[in-house]
Amino acid sequence: MREEIKSLKIRQMPETTVRRHVIAVRVQHNVGVLSRITGLFAGRGYNIESLTVGQTHEPNIARITIVVNGDERVVEQIIKQLRKLIETLKVRDITDVPHIERELALIKIHTADSSVRDEVMRLVNIFRAKVIDVSPDTYTVEITGDQDKINAFIDLVRPFGLKDVSRTGVLAVVRESQKDKVEI
Amino acid sequence: MPKKRGADIVVDVLIEEKVDTVFGLPGGAIMEVYDALFNAPFKNILTRHELAACHMADGYARATGKVGVVMATSGPGATNLVTGLATAHMDSVPLVAITGQVPTHYIGTDAFQEADVTGITRPVTKHNFLVTDIKDLALILREAFYIARTGRPGPVLVDIPKDITQQVYDYKMPTLKDVEEALPGYKPHYEGNIAQIKKAAKLIRQAKRPILYVGGGAVAAEAQEELVKLAEMAKIPVTTTLMGKGAFPEDHPLALHMLGMHGTYYANMAVYNSDLLIAVGSRFDDRVTGKIDEFAPEAKIIHIDIDPASISKTIHVDVPIVGDVKKVLQKLIKELERKPVEWDEARESWIKLIEKWKIEHPLTYDRKSKIIKPEYVVEEIYNITKGEAIITAGVGQHQMWAAMFYKYKFPRQFINSGGLGTMGFGFPAAVGAKIARPDKEVIAIEGDGSFLMNIQDIATAVQYRVPVKVAILNNEFLGMVRQWQELFYDSRYSSVCLSTQPDFVKLAESFGAVGLRATKPSEVKKVLKEAMSINDRPVIMDFAVDREENVLPMVPAGKSYREMILHPGEKGEAETMYLVG
Ligand SMILES: Cc1ncc(C[n+]2csc(CCOP(=O)(O)OP(=O)(O)O)c2C)c(N)n1
Ligand SMILES: [Mg+2]
Repeated sequence: MREEIKSLKIRQMPETTVRRHVIAVRVQHNVGVLSRITGLFAGRGYNIESLTVGQTHEPNIARITIVVNGDERVVEQIIKQLRKLIETLKVRDITDVPHIERELALIKIHTADSSVRDEVMRLVNIFRAKVIDVSPDTYTVEITGDQDKINAFIDLVRPFGLKDVSRTGVLAVVRESQKDKVEI
Repeated sequence: MPKKRGADIVVDVLIEEKVDTVFGLPGGAIMEVYDALFNAPFKNILTRHELAACHMADGYARATGKVGVVMATSGPGATNLVTGLATAHMDSVPLVAITGQVPTHYIGTDAFQEADVTGITRPVTKHNFLVTDIKDLALILREAFYIARTGRPGPVLVDIPKDITQQVYDYKMPTLKDVEEALPGYKPHYEGNIAQIKKAAKLIRQAKRPILYVGGGAVAAEAQEELVKLAEMAKIPVTTTLMGKGAFPEDHPLALHMLGMHGTYYANMAVYNSDLLIAVGSRFDDRVTGKIDEFAPEAKIIHIDIDPASISKTIHVDVPIVGDVKKVLQKLIKELERKPVEWDEARESWIKLIEKWKIEHPLTYDRKSKIIKPEYVVEEIYNITKGEAIITAGVGQHQMWAAMFYKYKFPRQFINSGGLGTMGFGFPAAVGAKIARPDKEVIAIEGDGSFLMNIQDIATAVQYRVPVKVAILNNEFLGMVRQWQELFYDSRYSSVCLSTQPDFVKLAESFGAVGLRATKPSEVKKVLKEAMSINDRPVIMDFAVDREENVLPMVPAGKSYREMILHPGEKGEAETMYLVG
């Protein structure tokens, strides 16, 4: 009988892979709804990469975009826990649905050296960003785009010296051509 | 409608919701509501601690399925509720907590007795509200009741600033339709997907070693009739969790009693060796599964639950069915009536094997002991009440013995804090249950440690003449912690000795209750008999039990069922474990 114990079976779990997920949420925009959502993430130990909230065209309805890293099981739990909140109207993982992601960043770059200014301006033009404030030693640049574009820009200007980087976090919407299939 | 004070609107909604009892303790911020309660046409129980009030409302709710109502003032009154709310939340108990808050214009100023109560209670409630406008008061209160009792039930807290209870408003009682419209995102799913139910039926027909694993969801749904029918028609043995006790009658031949950490040998063996596990309103808690990847390693899993978030949370499920347990079981039964299970040899031998395990490894203890064994006290409680009493328990060894040695027949018969494991729950829960079910004998099986955690509320039980019985299994230890120290910390008994304790008999008498004591096995029946004859006051029975008795069998935390520790005198554990089929 000992042998049989050694040849024991282990419960088979489906394979999972960790990756970046974009979750779109619509909620009733009541007082405290945001802290319910952030509290849920903190309390259950889920790691948020970014979370954005904003009004929609409908009164008292807010749109939240959450970016998380996790495997299918964790993300499925997150979605179920979000749906469980009383004020949640709709939750969708739009990672695999054609969608548009945008983020805005405000970046302060050291430009005391005049040769740096030219190089920064060149990059600003290539990335279709904008210089929105100038001081004797700083350019403040506004840039929008998906996360990759913003990351690339920041990496390129980093050697000049960054004074400050402020990012909004990702906003995501499903492409209109997909609207009939996905409602959010 | 005439103009009414906010406080009177609160009472109106309670009447509209058919509340017959509220539990609580007043203070500055909720005085206006207490003033309105003065003339209210329902019982208002003054407790001696807000936490006890919350547990009483909880016991009331668990004993009936109705929403329990608790009230407290702002600040410390409200924070005293937190443990009670968390207890109810973990066990899905419908409660509405109404708390006073400092006046609206003081909020955020660190005013006297101000606390961010909605902030503090957010993770331990199903939902909560801060009323900011008297126009919303009635609707919010009705939403609270609706949310508490529908879907997967749970506690809901409504925080009402004092000025709002004092304002006057010309209101109309909101209808159920108003409530539903105010909650557009809240749509519990009751029916169960029929394609999934058909898949489940198919798995049941194919199974050779099926088992039903039933939890508190089946108690909440009061699905006993359906469970018995399903188990009998397909001859499936049934094991229940601590919370599922009573969902299936434990004197039924197919009953395997509790599984998990302190499960019976035969239940754990059956689960371990099963090829199909039908989880009904249970949630694969770690105290049930032990080491998760060795839990029922060969079994396919069907999971029926009202809460989608409970499904595939800790364990992957093959056939998830979201819905009300009772409704889904009814449909599953229909499906199996349409095309029944074919009886074959494999299933016959599965039942026979389990019967053999049941005979070879019943729950046991030393029946010849000269010292009172705690298990013996529970068995005698069972005998004298003919298995008909409602039993509540604190948390610890006595809770496990109460679960293991009393055979529960009907749902809502065993009331205990399963999810949070809250010491101090048992006695106040018994008071609440007895107020809700005066027709039933209600007995709190308590630990000497747990009972002291809400001892003050003996006064409440005496004041309202609530004839609950308390049976203290007094081992002068935080016994469960001591057991773990004995087994896993080399018997280093750190901070567990409770031999400095009150004389519970005198203590009972000082409150105006009756105190009784048994120190020898021969006195147990006599004490119980005397206690049962008293019906106008609470009775506290102090049983001096074997101090170092252990709860066995036991699957150590996080271990596989294979590593189950059996009662001394039984055969070694692993040797007797084998896989069938
Ligand atoms: C409020 C609370 N504090 C601590 C614990 C940890 N704990 C679990 S069982 C237990 C011992 C309980 O002692 P007693 O009530 O005498 O019961 P016994 O185990 O002796 O039967 C303790 C301290 C708990 N469950 N709840
Ligand atoms: Mg004890």
